[in-house]
Amino acid sequence: MKVRIDSGRCQGHGRCYDIAPGLFGDDAEGYGTVLGDGLVPPGQAHEAGLAVANCPERAITLAEGA
Amino acid sequence: MAIDDRFSQDFREPGDERPLGTRNEIVTGMVSDWATDFSHLEPEWSADPYPIQDDLRQRCPIAHTGRFGGAWLPTRYEDVAAIAYDTERFSSRSIILSNFRPPREVAPIGGSPPISSDPPFHHDARKLLLPPFTRNAVARQEPATRAFCHSLIDALEGREVVDAARDYAQHIPMRVIADMLGFPPEDGPQFREFVENLLEGINLPTDERIERVGRLFDYLLAQVNEHLDDPREDLTTYLINAELYGHKLDSSHVVGTMALLLIAGIDTSWSAIGASLWHLARTPGDRERLVAEPGLLPTAMEELLRVYAPVTMARLVQEDMRWRGVDMKADDWILLSFPAANRDPAQFDRAGEVVIDREINRHAAFGLGIHRCVGSHLARMELRVALEVWLERIPEFTLADPAAVTWAAGQIRGPRTLPLRI
Repeated sequence: MKVRIDSGRCQGHGRCYDIAPGLFGDDAEGYGTVLGDGLVPPGQAHEAGLAVANCPERAITLAEGA
Repeated sequence: MAIDDRFSQDFREPGDERPLGTRNEIVTGMVSDWATDFSHLEPEWSADPYPIQDDLRQRCPIAHTGRFGGAWLPTRYEDVAAIAYDTERFSSRSIILSNFRPPREVAPIGGSPPISSDPPFHHDARKLLLPPFTRNAVARQEPATRAFCHSLIDALEGREVVDAARDYAQHIPMRVIADMLGFPPEDGPQFREFVENLLEGINLPTDERIERVGRLFDYLLAQVNEHLDDPREDLTTYLINAELYGHKLDSSHVVGTMALLLIAGIDTSWSAIGASLWHLARTPGDRERLVAEPGLLPTAMEELLRVYAPVTMARLVQEDMRWRGVDMKADDWILLSFPAANRDPAQFDRAGEVVIDREINRHAAFGLGIHRCVGSHLARMELRVALEVWLERIPEFTLADPAAVTWAAGQIRGPRTLPLRI
């Protein structure tokens, strides 16, 4: 599974990088960024799901991918 | 004396040919029916707005009032979100609902950019403010904030009953934003007066409101001039030097943004800290659990922000239109209640309850869309540190007199008197 941020929707609330700091970071303006290739290691699936479910702008998706 | 032509003359001087805007008759007094005559300024609303909002959401989800020259109050999450996202049909040129509508010509900049700005200007004005308010940037304030919270608790030594709103909550955001703007920390009491004038004196005569706002702008201009003489590493100097489209900002933009940061930075966090302590004082189970499991605080904080979201915004309808079953007129106000959205059962399970370990919490306490609170990372830092220090130092506390608790009236809601037995 891979996480992805729709930069057209992200408003920089920062829920993703608070909840799942292993998967998300922020840019110089506070918008969320995906760390690396966005691939979710097995141990971080729960955090990834929470980041998706807590984004106020529904900007994050979790999709199949390697 | 440094010379900066922008500030050598008061930008509010007559000769400035801005149109006057429109004023309406001021209507106060008991509300006859919340669906057709609502007012967020009446005591019943300030004391407990949630039953009113819950009732409206069921029987009249877009309520109306003839007060304030005409206003609408949506209480469903989906309607609040749709309006927040629709910046074409709903303008931010005034975000505090009052009896005075600024003229359309103030758009797209508005009096306090970027909160009062519409696209496309909004994006560029906001971009300037984002870097100093990222999570990493505000983290630099954390050690001083923590030390300050401890000093406030130290000062409570020996007292059995304290006012957590007055003696603790209000001081924290005041000190932090004063430090960030580079204002003297001893000016705090004046800030409180500015906040109350702007956000709570809504039904005062318009001329009196204008005079009170004038006092805030006099203060800010004096601060600008001090910073011109003595530039510092702070937000005031940052705004004085900031450029947009190859030019330095207009004086009205600099001072309007300073007003925004000062006012919006204080009342909001003060309310969130106070409401959280109020909840914990009357809910021993939640308080004991947070003391025992400090790691739960970030999750608990989000829930307290959802249930006691302090901030309601306003919008102005651009053109006459039929919108989701109601006939809106151009220049009608919208009272954009993020608190009401946050308690919509269609969006949240057990919407009216505080579920301190709620893991899935897509709340809208900091707004939705392009106007997401620019200070949200700062507010979260202040709230977290304020609660961490309080719970560490005063793990046991109760409401000393529940009937003595008072709440701010208007669009920012939080306790203003909060007697706690410690």
